[in-house]
Amino acid sequence: MKALTFAAGLFAASAALADDAVLTVYAPDYFTSEWGPGPKIEELFEARCGCDLQFKPGDLLPRLMLEGERTEADVVIGLNTDVTKKARESGLFAPHGTDLAGLTLPLDWNDDVFLPFNYGHTAFIYDTTKVDAPPASFEDLVNAPDDLRLVIQDPRSSISGLALVLWVQAVYGEKAGEAWAKLAPKIVTVTRGWSESYGLFTDGEADMVLSYTTSPAYHIIAEGDETKKAAIFPEGHYFMVELAAKVASSDQPELAQSFMDFILTEDFQGMIATGNWSIPAALDQAKWPEGFQKLNLPEKVLFYSEDEAAALRDEAIEAWRSALSQ
Amino acid sequence: MAQRALAIIAGSALALLTLGPIAVVLLRAEGFGSFRPGDLDAVRFTVWQAFLSALVSCLFAVPVARALARRRFPGRAVLVALLGAPFILPVIVAVMGLLAVFGGAGLVNTVLGALGLARFDIYGLHGVVLAHVFFNLPLATRMLLQGWLAIPSERFRLAASLNLTPRATFLVLEWPLIRRVLPSAFAVIFVICLTSFAVALTLGGGPRATTVELAIYQAMRFDFDLGRAALLAMVQLGMALVAGMVAWRVSLGSGFGAGLDRQTPHWGARGLWFDAFWIGLVAVFLLLPLGMVILRGLPGLWLLGSDTLRAAGHSLLLAVASTTLCLIWALPLATRRGELLALSSIALSPLVLGTGLFLILRPFVNPFSMALPVTGLVNALMALPFALRILRPEAEAIRSDFGRLAQTIGLTPWAWTRLVFLPRLRRPLGFAAGLTAALAMGDLGVIALFADPDRATLPLQVYRLMGSYQMEAAAGASLLLLCLSLGLFWILDRGGRVGA
Amino acid sequence: MLEVKGMRLALDGFALEGDFALQPGETIAVIGPSGAGKSTLLDVIAGFRKPDAGQVLWQGQGLSDVPPQARPVSMLFQDQNLFPHLTLARNLGLALRPDGGRVTPDEAARVEAALKTMGLEGLGNRKPGALSGGQQARGALARVLLQARPIILLDEPFAALGPALRQEMLDAVTEVAQVSGALVLMVSHDPSDARRFARRVVYVDGGRVHAPVETKVLFDDPPPALRAYLGQEPG
Repeated sequence: MKALTFAAGLFAASAALADDAVLTVYAPDYFTSEWGPGPKIEELFEARCGCDLQFKPGDLLPRLMLEGERTEADVVIGLNTDVTKKARESGLFAPHGTDLAGLTLPLDWNDDVFLPFNYGHTAFIYDTTKVDAPPASFEDLVNAPDDLRLVIQDPRSSISGLALVLWVQAVYGEKAGEAWAKLAPKIVTVTRGWSESYGLFTDGEADMVLSYTTSPAYHIIAEGDETKKAAIFPEGHYFMVELAAKVASSDQPELAQSFMDFILTEDFQGMIATGNWSIPAALDQAKWPEGFQKLNLPEKVLFYSEDEAAALRDEAIEAWRSALSQ
Repeated sequence: MAQRALAIIAGSALALLTLGPIAVVLLRAEGFGSFRPGDLDAVRFTVWQAFLSALVSCLFAVPVARALARRRFPGRAVLVALLGAPFILPVIVAVMGLLAVFGGAGLVNTVLGALGLARFDIYGLHGVVLAHVFFNLPLATRMLLQGWLAIPSERFRLAASLNLTPRATFLVLEWPLIRRVLPSAFAVIFVICLTSFAVALTLGGGPRATTVELAIYQAMRFDFDLGRAALLAMVQLGMALVAGMVAWRVSLGSGFGAGLDRQTPHWGARGLWFDAFWIGLVAVFLLLPLGMVILRGLPGLWLLGSDTLRAAGHSLLLAVASTTLCLIWALPLATRRGELLALSSIALSPLVLGTGLFLILRPFVNPFSMALPVTGLVNALMALPFALRILRPEAEAIRSDFGRLAQTIGLTPWAWTRLVFLPRLRRPLGFAAGLTAALAMGDLGVIALFADPDRATLPLQVYRLMGSYQMEAAAGASLLLLCLSLGLFWILDRGGRVGA
Repeated sequence: MLEVKGMRLALDGFALEGDFALQPGETIAVIGPSGAGKSTLLDVIAGFRKPDAGQVLWQGQGLSDVPPQARPVSMLFQDQNLFPHLTLARNLGLALRPDGGRVTPDEAARVEAALKTMGLEGLGNRKPGALSGGQQARGALARVLLQARPIILLDEPFAALGPALRQEMLDAVTEVAQVSGALVLMVSHDPSDARRFARRVVYVDGGRVHAPVETKVLFDDPPPALRAYLGQEPG
């Protein structure tokens, strides 16, 4: 245990920058890893603020709810719309106080607590070398032959899985159950999270995977591979946005505010595309990286407000569960 | 008396660490939550798949362990060591390896397709069982093999000199061994399969394969319903304890008495083809998916960044610390009662355990700074039932064979431990240490709530890489993890394999 | 003096009772049919079993609360008298240093001497598995000799040896008894063992440990039960 303490001490020492004010930001794992946008954001923001920005990866809302007002978090980044209702009701967050005029989202956003920083849409991704005639609409997908192999995520354990059942709900309404029943034979399996599904897809275990409209951008930019495409459906695609919020009990409210303001600046927005493989929330399309220009994006965007989503959620999940349990 | 006191301390620590977190979560939730309509289905499926998985693992383990105990062939030592491998792989990596063999685009279907035969669909209850057997058959086999090797050679010599038929040898020597070892092995595997979640879901093919652990996950992470999570955790714990009690009652019989440490003989036992069949089967079943993990990982090895290497360092440190702690913890608990008690530690949902520990530590320290110590502690706790399963039969045999001799000489407790107990326990101790170390390398456990960017472990890094589209690097990191785990396992288990 | 007072102990289907006293330095044979409770009696004296009633005293001191390792007793079992993974010398060293500590040169010399007494010179580096049955038995006796406790209990440790070897071992035990001046109780099935070795005999049968009788007296005029056990016709 001595060695362990020693090692822990070493890392702690290398992480701490003596007397600078510390801004603590909770963020998801993928955000803070060396492949995510975290390290770049840290560098850019620290250059502006002369402070020490520390990302703490892991659970966001569950951890914050456990900690309550004694949390050391000043800002939380990476929340999704499925938790905003709970988060808002917890009273743990303060208004972001940022001007929303610069947003370039495909829908209106007036939330004064949760600030979007990037977005995408649910979409089924396929490999053009394997699928010649991808479904041209959701209806096409539902009626596709049963040998089209799909892999999706569980709405009970995954955000994208939840977005999918809301997507089906938005497209099919009361007939969601029937749509699921037709989809069921095509669904090879359901995974706990997005990573497992996407891994199965890249391994050739499925023809199409539930992912995001922005997923092909990674293959185009990082791998020079243009064979991965999102099938675009005229019925619309469910809107998925990632949000940041200021913690009310922050002991660094000013630093937190300046971080919130930083989010919509071009510095931040300019690197989010290739950092988080999502579309920047406040950046003209002309300024997107080239790979993102090539993306197939939907004309129509579907989205439920948090109250609508909360009201529909159980019903939508149950439609999915009962159809796939047959 | 000192030994008794130690046992009580170790037992109390165990009880405190399993029940404490649930209690704290309950307190925070202000009472139990309520069940939901799907819960009964989840309980039913959970028990059924765990039962089948444990049953198949144990049934197949008997001929495999018997064959391995009786035969000597080139590569046997490697095969015995590799038996530890599936168990220690991160779930997601093992599943990918299995799917590369049995999946829609896997080897099996490629061959079947080329032959014009019907495709094999892995997804469903049989897929869940297949995966759980992949994880646990090797474990059951090793436990039985350990038992076989603990039968003094004098007994086999006697059987040989009596010219007992294979059936008679089986009834006289091997069946009592199976009766003694297998029920507890069954219980351990049953309990570990109870908490399965990602494997069951992915290979089960959808919500039909909903387990209680998934419901806990949902309650905890999505609904933030701590009361419901605690309630479901109690249900899970209850199922585990029932299984433990049953095993406790069924597993009777004593050891084979002491021998004189002569080399195990291998007189030309009959049934060569039978043994060869089982050894071949298990080798193919284990090595193919492992081989796929290696193949998938090789290109990714060049993509490993400094983050990943540092994570590997953390994992190694953790493994050593967890192993030490686990063994110190296990020795005083190596009794039937201790083993039953320890089952609760793997039956406890890692999420509830993590949340409970977080709530306990939070008022005193910053949980982030406790990431590694907590992970080490939890890993030791989770490995405890396996260590005990391996150590207990031998520990009891040593006590019954030599306890009176030690007393009549008046050996001090320390001399007994140092000169008799530990040296004679060397074989299972090496195996237990290897398994614990490997488990600690592979376990993701509770780190989500305590995660710290600078203190990631290797399995967490694998998930992070996958979450960032770095599928190739993730496969490389998985291979690194496999090599490190196996390496540790190999080194520590060497003691256990002396004479094996 | 070793006293067993009002001992009562429930066994399989019957109760064993006993009330007797033995003198220091005596050699005693414990004989009786299988399952009569001979080994149990030794276990009670050694402290491995607690009687349901009564007590064991040594030199007037009750031993009820004394654990086996602290009793003035050393014991040879039917088997497992040496640790198989330790050399003979290390096994014997433990008799002198029960804390497992390093033996002093003086103690090492005592170990050598004990080996020599038992005819095991030069075998100290062997492990028990590499010794013959007779050598193992002698090694165990050497251990008892080194322990130098005033009571020695032998629970048929030579049952597995051949007749000639057993005679030899009995003589060795007699020698140990003389050298150490200890009270020796030996369980045996064989009256000739008792004649050869014991001054007095404790006969166990029918749930009763009979008070010790002179060996010669007992065998010259056995009571009916013993007569039946010995297979002699009355008369």
